[in-house]
Amino acid sequence: MKTTTLQYKLIMAATGLFLCFFLVIHLLGNLQLLLPAARAQEQFNWYSHLLSGNILIKIISWVLYLSLISHAVYALLITRKSKKANASSYYYDKRKVSSPWSSRNMGILGTIILIFLVIHFKDFWYVYMFTDLPLDAAGNKDLYTIVITTYDQLWYVLVYEVSFLALGFHLLHGFFSASRTLGLYHPKYVKAVKVFGWMYTLLITLGFMAIPLYIHFIK
Amino acid sequence: MKLHLKIWRQLNAASKGEMIEYEVSEVSEHMSFLEMLDMLNESLIQRGERVIEFDHDCREGICGQCGIMINGRAHGPLTHTTTCQLHMRSFKDGDTIYLEPFRASAFPILRDLKVNRKSFDSIIEAGGYISAAIGQTPEANSIPVSYEASEAAFDSAACIGCGACVATCKNSSAALFTSAKINHLVQLPQGKLEAADRVLSMVSQMDAMGFGNCSNTEACEVECPQDISVLNIGRMNYEYNKALLLRK
Repeated sequence: MKTTTLQYKLIMAATGLFLCFFLVIHLLGNLQLLLPAARAQEQFNWYSHLLSGNILIKIISWVLYLSLISHAVYALLITRKSKKANASSYYYDKRKVSSPWSSRNMGILGTIILIFLVIHFKDFWYVYMFTDLPLDAAGNKDLYTIVITTYDQLWYVLVYEVSFLALGFHLLHGFFSASRTLGLYHPKYVKAVKVFGWMYTLLITLGFMAIPLYIHFIK
Repeated sequence: MKLHLKIWRQLNAASKGEMIEYEVSEVSEHMSFLEMLDMLNESLIQRGERVIEFDHDCREGICGQCGIMINGRAHGPLTHTTTCQLHMRSFKDGDTIYLEPFRASAFPILRDLKVNRKSFDSIIEAGGYISAAIGQTPEANSIPVSYEASEAAFDSAACIGCGACVATCKNSSAALFTSAKINHLVQLPQGKLEAADRVLSMVSQMDAMGFGNCSNTEACEVECPQDISVLNIGRMNYEYNKALLLRK
């Protein structure tokens, strides 16, 4: 049997939901940055060390990289098919009134997130994994100080805020869309998942947005 | 009232089309949209010009034959309405109205506002039926089905195949049409037996005909004259995933 676009969509849904799960863990880890300075430094660096040394986390991180890449690659494959299917454009087009903005702009939102990820990986992930960082009192790599000094720059905080907004709108459509692709059709549970998706999106987006703002303006 | 029309004129699939301007006056607000076009065509005939071709049949909103992109929306500004059920009271004197055919790679333009929707037929041919040859139409009550079940199946079966879902979709996806055709059968005892083969084959055919993927914008439900629910797409995906897992 030939592979259908619906099978591509299943990959999008599965990888997307895994990334949704990862965001929860990532946010919970980041919340440690909000502790009082000395405590935050000690705990955040200990936590980072714990993650980088654990074999289970290593496996999950490879699943994560694979999910990110395949989510982007399959998005491109699917978009290419859609562009071919919708090749001739309307002279006068008002189709957008019938659907939410985020649902039509997942590609643009995803691209913003991808650009953000490149910056994010370069400044934190790469620095932590492949360079020699100064150690803190407990002998762990001092990622905390890197984060705090990075968030001192206002433009950097702004880049982050815009990216998190894009992430929010991406999640708002993506979470529910994944449930539809996986075949959820019972009206009661469709509604429940929509409400859950809204709450999830709100918590994740506001949570991630709050951290750089708090560090820059209050800490 | 007097109206300015900008209408897509195209001689055949191979030729290049363009928007041509027309004016119609003395349009009554009680006219249907297609009657207004009839009036314009009358005047074109009198002037010896080629008439504007558009699809129509019952003009009662039940056959699914008519379908025009009016002011950038499938079947015009109203939701859940066919082009023939749109009336001129939805417009006002002096309005400019843009008329275009439903556009999708799977719906090649035949002429002017007419498109070829054979791709829909081929999706049905791929499995939208019961394969057992039973001769004449059987007695309706020989297989008892509860009222609720038959109504639920009919909610899907109400799809008239007009193509508005494809026309309004940014991906030109036929997911709403295909799912409606799959689901009205899967909800009835006769249709259940071949559910797995049907969904695999109809979804493959939808792809083969060059329709795009469904990205769940749900615009199709808004424009669908029969208000076919997007939950049909969820159920089609459910049936598809189940068939993928269980196929031998």
